[in-house]
Amino acid sequence: MSTFIAKRGAWLGFALAAILLFAVAPAVLSEFRLNLLGKFICYAIVAVGIGLAWGRGGMLTLGQGVFFGLGAYIMAMHLKIADAEIRGDDVPDFMSIAGIRELPSYWVPFTSPFVTVLGILFVPALVALVLGLGVFKRRVKGAYFAILSQALAAAFAILLIGQQSTGGSNGLNRFRTFFGFNLNDPANKQMLFFIAAGVLLVVVAITRQLMYSRYGELLVAVRDQEERVRFLGYDPANVKIVAYVTAAFFAGLAGALFVPIVGIVSPNDVGIVPSIAFLIGVAIGGRTTLLGPVLGALGVAWAQTTLSEQFPSGWTYAQGLLFIVVVGFFPAGVAGLFALRRRKKADEPPLVVDVEEKELVK
Amino acid sequence: MDVVVGQLFTGLSIGSILLLAALGLSLTFGQMGVINMAHGEFIMAGSYTAYVVQQVVSTGGASLFISLIVGFLVGGAMGVLLEVTLIQRMYHRPLDTLLVTFGVGLVLQQLARDIFGAPAVNVVSPGWLSGGVEILGAVVPKTRIFILVLAIICVVALSFALKTTPMGRRIRAVVQNRDLAETSGISSRKTDISTFFIGSGLAGVAGVALTLIGSTSSTVGQSYLIDAFLVVVVGGLGQIKGAVIAAFALGTINSFIEYSTTASIAKVIVFVLIVIFLQARPQGLFAVKTRSLV
Repeated sequence: MSTFIAKRGAWLGFALAAILLFAVAPAVLSEFRLNLLGKFICYAIVAVGIGLAWGRGGMLTLGQGVFFGLGAYIMAMHLKIADAEIRGDDVPDFMSIAGIRELPSYWVPFTSPFVTVLGILFVPALVALVLGLGVFKRRVKGAYFAILSQALAAAFAILLIGQQSTGGSNGLNRFRTFFGFNLNDPANKQMLFFIAAGVLLVVVAITRQLMYSRYGELLVAVRDQEERVRFLGYDPANVKIVAYVTAAFFAGLAGALFVPIVGIVSPNDVGIVPSIAFLIGVAIGGRTTLLGPVLGALGVAWAQTTLSEQFPSGWTYAQGLLFIVVVGFFPAGVAGLFALRRRKKADEPPLVVDVEEKELVK
Repeated sequence: MDVVVGQLFTGLSIGSILLLAALGLSLTFGQMGVINMAHGEFIMAGSYTAYVVQQVVSTGGASLFISLIVGFLVGGAMGVLLEVTLIQRMYHRPLDTLLVTFGVGLVLQQLARDIFGAPAVNVVSPGWLSGGVEILGAVVPKTRIFILVLAIICVVALSFALKTTPMGRRIRAVVQNRDLAETSGISSRKTDISTFFIGSGLAGVAGVALTLIGSTSSTVGQSYLIDAFLVVVVGGLGQIKGAVIAAFALGTINSFIEYSTTASIAKVIVFVLIVIFLQARPQGLFAVKTRSLV
């Protein structure tokens, strides 16, 4: 009985979210604001994956910018080539200015829209799979994993800055078309928003399915007592890798949508600071919940836009203080505050278990 | 030959900077389990200390030595402040210390931008450090030799302090078994604070050393922090000898790869090498032997 109600609640929630995103938002928001919301939705998609890997799986991934960036740069490369083809040129505009006459070999596959979509779907997941196998199978965990994922983000950003063929530190920008659709047309911009909103709903649905399955229970079990799970005959590494790859897959999708919506991607969007900044929304919303990361990411992105318009340097202070206050004093986030009230009535277990992580570090 | 010697010395000097940054981390991260992302900003504080000291004491040589001492004290004081206000509440949540101290780092960076301005500032190195020494046909800048010597002095002083002084013994006792140490009358609170003071002070010294080879901006610490963490990971937690070997190994490997390819490719190759290395030794070069399963 209770599961039936929970399920009906979930369906109602999805229907409500769909109405908000597909009917209310386009009706009340200006074209500019709708586009902005589309950008925030991209961050929310990344946040869902982080919630799964970090909140449920206990893997503090500081390198989601890498997967976001891989999706984004693959999409951006395709869009640049498509624009060049329309102009009748062999190479994108910034390359011909720099005097490059031939398309670099790693750009060539992304001439095809089909390969581009495959690349967006599989390249970030594949990189996560390789790193996950290399790290989790050897039982590298906790702080070690966090530092390695961060080093990966640093290396990726430095690599991009060093490559003239990805636009260096300027990145790739000024896209005119999106799979044949003109990007300046308001109708097409709205279509992009709908795609992003649809992807967000699907991503949340997938994650919900994962969380409430046996796999989801196993993931939480690995987070809290990895050794016991091993003794029960499971391989914790495989459990972690699935969550990590899923999170990377989501981040790649978000990156690919980010490019046509925002119109630029640069190393500034994928380095260490943005990679960690992805976490703050997740932490505020509530890392162990399903919707906490989504709402947290949307809220933080909105606050950042509003605050940095008024106080350019103020946002950095606000961001720093948010990390200190939320992670330090309310580790379960806003969702945790609600749960605290509920818990006083029912006898539910706490959202964030204080495991002796120190042992995991050593 | 002179190219090899030149690259070797570049590697050694990158290594000695990494070592200075990693020594402090090895104490706070390795021995206390705290992942202090603000360590990079303590390095920055050391660099700006050298800049401020130079504004007051303009005679080159004296200013450098005063900076080293003041830099150590400034870094250490910031560390103690951080430990007392935030970190002491979070010893059982090391992954969260990472995010909290990242927040502290963001605030400190912005603070530095607001105080000293966004453009980088320069510290003039003393006259007796200008020019170079010829070693086996390669000209090695004197500043880099000075940093190497400084790193060696710090390592020797730190291991000496940990091994022989009463405070060093207390630190090692708390690290090995906090409860037992407390039972035998050691105040683990006081020990934690002094460990943090020394670790953060070393970051300040690293920051002063950095001013000899480059200009100082609000993000100067950031660029060394990740590499310093990697040094601790490769060297093994809390292992000074591991940190020494790992720092010089990473420095030299980096400088040789950089010579044959580019700086950006070198970063990626070094990262891949570290992941491969961890396949063979997930606990780093040296590990504390325990009976723990993990």
